[in-house]
Amino acid sequence: MMSGYISIRNLQKFYGHYHALRGIDLEIARGEVVCVVGPSGSGKSTLIRCINRLEDFFADSAIHVDGVPVLPGANLAKVRAEVGMVFQSFNLFPHLTVRQNIMLAPRRVRGTTKAAAAAQADQLLARVGLESQAEKYPSGLSGGQQQRVAIARALAMEPQVLLFDEPTSALDPEMVGEVLDVMRDLAQTGVTMVVVTHEMGFARQVADRVIFMDGGEVIESAPPAEFFSAPRETRTRNFLHAVLDH
Amino acid sequence: MDLFETFLNFEVLARSFPMLLKGLWLTLKLGAASILAGLVLGLALCMMRLYSVRPVQILTRIYIDVFRSIPLLVLLIIVYYALPFVGVRLSPFASAMTALTMVSGAYTAEIFRSGIEAIPKGQFEAAAALGLGHRQTMVDVILPQSIRMVIPPLTNNSINVVKDTALASVVAMPDLLKQATQAQALAANPSPLIGAAAIYLAFLLPLVLLVSRLERRLNRGKA
Repeated sequence: MMSGYISIRNLQKFYGHYHALRGIDLEIARGEVVCVVGPSGSGKSTLIRCINRLEDFFADSAIHVDGVPVLPGANLAKVRAEVGMVFQSFNLFPHLTVRQNIMLAPRRVRGTTKAAAAAQADQLLARVGLESQAEKYPSGLSGGQQQRVAIARALAMEPQVLLFDEPTSALDPEMVGEVLDVMRDLAQTGVTMVVVTHEMGFARQVADRVIFMDGGEVIESAPPAEFFSAPRETRTRNFLHAVLDH
Repeated sequence: MDLFETFLNFEVLARSFPMLLKGLWLTLKLGAASILAGLVLGLALCMMRLYSVRPVQILTRIYIDVFRSIPLLVLLIIVYYALPFVGVRLSPFASAMTALTMVSGAYTAEIFRSGIEAIPKGQFEAAAALGLGHRQTMVDVILPQSIRMVIPPLTNNSINVVKDTALASVVAMPDLLKQATQAQALAANPSPLIGAAAIYLAFLLPLVLLVSRLERRLNRGKA
């Protein structure tokens, strides 16, 4: 039986002989905003890339999204259409304009008409503050603008879940804020969010729950108030000490 | 007879010009047909090489390597002179087109593969994460980007195909070169050959220059 909207059971992942995820169990409720933090190489990106199966995982493991198992095959495209993802390196389609980037998936996957998809794209661009950039190509935008377009592109599929894989790590410092602002607004809308991030301020203010990973395991999982003020585990304390006190 | 009278005899050139034009028309038809068929074959081979089951991948790879290694002239002779023994009798045009297509397809497959493999992994992942299927990912996201990159090498390959059509003269196809050698025999003067060379140049030199320009433009985009 499953209790969470996203349910992860005994998630194991190997890269060759390297054991990247060592049996993760995690339940995420509908509408919950979860921030995943931890040192690089701890497996946090791998974890969220398993949720839409961009990474294959071990056969004994199970992930369900809204009760649907995330398995290769016909169901996978259905799960992926419900689970949006925002990447560290944006991954916008460089040969398409900003508006076309947003329209592509609704047109091809949902069969939305061209006019409806264009109207929706413009609405989403207004929401991320980029209504004037629709005709530009991604290469003409700043990093922060590109990432906001990538968020709009993910939203165009009206996903139930949004995965963020270090969305601000490739940005110049002065552009981090504009992206976090958009994400903060999204967190109010009731969409389920799983955010891998190094932005402790964001995690503290926006997350319902913070998860600390190290060595391919979930070490600690707690509401931000508790997580930041009274971490139970030594490894969590050492990590927070290293990232916060300097 | 001096050099000009022998190799640039305008009277002979003028007389052989209609023959050369007829040959040119056939050369262009053969070249265009082989280039187009080679593109289709190459794209299909490339998809099989990259995305099919393992045994098909291996067979495709063997095909590509063999047809890039075999001299076109040998292949042409096999297709035209050897296949009739097993009951396949092709016209000179069909033989030449078959041989040119088989080789051009092998080269084109490798060109397409390099173009696809040059696309960052993130593009595939972004398409997959949006719920696009494999076909949609290829058609809407990957190939439009690859094709831009492979236009210069594809044009180079097309130039080679057009030049290689001259080999079709060995299977008695009256292409540009064959017409020129026949006109040469008739006139007992090699000027028609020079005329044919000038015609090849007139068609292919602009393409060569176009490739250089495209390559420069693409490199500028990268910087």
